[in-house]
Amino acid sequence: MSKSQTTPSLKTARGLGSAKEGTDHWWMQRLSAVAMMLLAPLMIFLVITLIGEPYDAVVAKMSSPLWGGIALLFVCASFYHAHLGLQVVIEDYIGGHAARLTLIILIRGALIILGLIAVLSVLRLMLT
Amino acid sequence: MTDQDTPVQRPLSPHLQVYRLPLLPLMSISHRVTGVGLTFGTLVLAWWLAALATGPGAYDLFIRFMNPLGGLALLGWMIAIAYHFCNGIRHLIWDTGHALDLGSAERAGYLVLVGWLVLSAAMVGSALLFWLG
Repeated sequence: MSKSQTTPSLKTARGLGSAKEGTDHWWMQRLSAVAMMLLAPLMIFLVITLIGEPYDAVVAKMSSPLWGGIALLFVCASFYHAHLGLQVVIEDYIGGHAARLTLIILIRGALIILGLIAVLSVLRLMLT
Repeated sequence: MTDQDTPVQRPLSPHLQVYRLPLLPLMSISHRVTGVGLTFGTLVLAWWLAALATGPGAYDLFIRFMNPLGGLALLGWMIAIAYHFCNGIRHLIWDTGHALDLGSAERAGYLVLVGWLVLSAAMVGSALLFWLG
């Protein structure tokens, strides 16, 4: 213990470690998972009750603060969680550095754009 | 004296085509497979919300595209989310440093499978009720 504090050792990460992001990825993956333990059952309940409903009824429910808010939080948590998870899967199975980086960036970009579309859609329903 | 026609019997590494995965690795890879599959579900979710915000015409197009195979996909999405949900809880417990020995992990694995089946049946059942009723 005292030796590792005085002598720099290769087995102990210093600062944020070699990846320069510390445990953020791991921690946010868990945090978004815990958020979805609450949000996913609510979202599934919402989807099940909307099956087969006419357009106006679906809009009315989705534009309410409660259900619109739940959909909004679920979209944010699920797209974020999916991005973090897919990144780990790619890092584990794609060997080449170029292919790995390209895939991660493409998937991150696609999920950001689609998540933004989903968020703006719910906001539009709630605010009009 | 060695016979050249008889090769040395060396141990083989697991041959993926014939090797039956034990429960724990099977459940581990299933967590990833459902996770990747559920990501495709979020794409449909984005389309659904965008169509809803665009108007009745766009929403009608979405509904017509989703009938009837999209209904099956929705049931599959629920079954996948039930698995990822139950097994995810087991992962969160492992992350706290608990139940990491083989026996506990396996027992929790069976609990996850039971919870998955119960949740799937409840969701698919109520979805079919809303659908047909």
